[in-house]
Amino acid sequence: MASGVKPRVKVPKTAAAGEAIVIKTLISHKMESGQRKDDDGLLIPRSIINRFTCDFNGQNVVDITLEPAISTNPYLEFEALVPEAGEFKFTWYDDDGDVYEESKEIAIG
Amino acid sequence: MELTRRKSLMLGAGAFAALALPIRVSAAGEDAIAAFTGGAEIGTEGVKLTAPEIAENGNTVPIEVSAPGASEILVLALGNPTPGVAMFKFGPLAASQYASTRIRLAGTQDVVAIAKLADGSFVKATSTIKVTIGGCGG
Repeated sequence: MASGVKPRVKVPKTAAAGEAIVIKTLISHKMESGQRKDDDGLLIPRSIINRFTCDFNGQNVVDITLEPAISTNPYLEFEALVPEAGEFKFTWYDDDGDVYEESKEIAIG
Repeated sequence: MELTRRKSLMLGAGAFAALALPIRVSAAGEDAIAAFTGGAEIGTEGVKLTAPEIAENGNTVPIEVSAPGASEILVLALGNPTPGVAMFKFGPLAASQYASTRIRLAGTQDVVAIAKLADGSFVKATSTIKVTIGGCGG
């Protein structure tokens, strides 16, 4: 499933140094669980995003392993520390080998 | 009906399969817990799992986990065809060991969050969620 995948991330534009901020991410993906059957009774093969990572200036914030029990359009919310100005990098890993990336700048102010 | 040797064997096999099915499902969950904890003792204080008591739609059930000081949190849905839900690993820049997501549940069941704390011990929290419509497309 490489079509129609659109990552969306919500990060504040500025933060105080050392502040904890909330990051919300959503990626449109059908997350086919591998349990469902099609009209002919055949199993639809599994196709999910199996891993998500978030890094800030090269340091890890979270690394999440996703299983088929995660809903369609996986939504993830977590908190990150902002020690300095820089860039958040978000990466989603698809079962089919695709990697979706998104980045957001944050300033100290 | 005359109970022949063949029929009684078939009956026995059927009864065994019916018995084995639920046992196998929970065993998968226990295996996943054992694989994560390595068989260590699991405490109860220190991890919080927030989930609704009743979920109308099993396709998207919002959950929240938090465990101050934990390095990893494993979430399992024991009544799903495969118990694994997600594994959260927190890096040095995680402001808190908190995460929120939406999960699928096949039916009414227990959801378990197990956290690995900084000192290497494990704690768990369980929440029973009633599901009106299951989320496995059945």
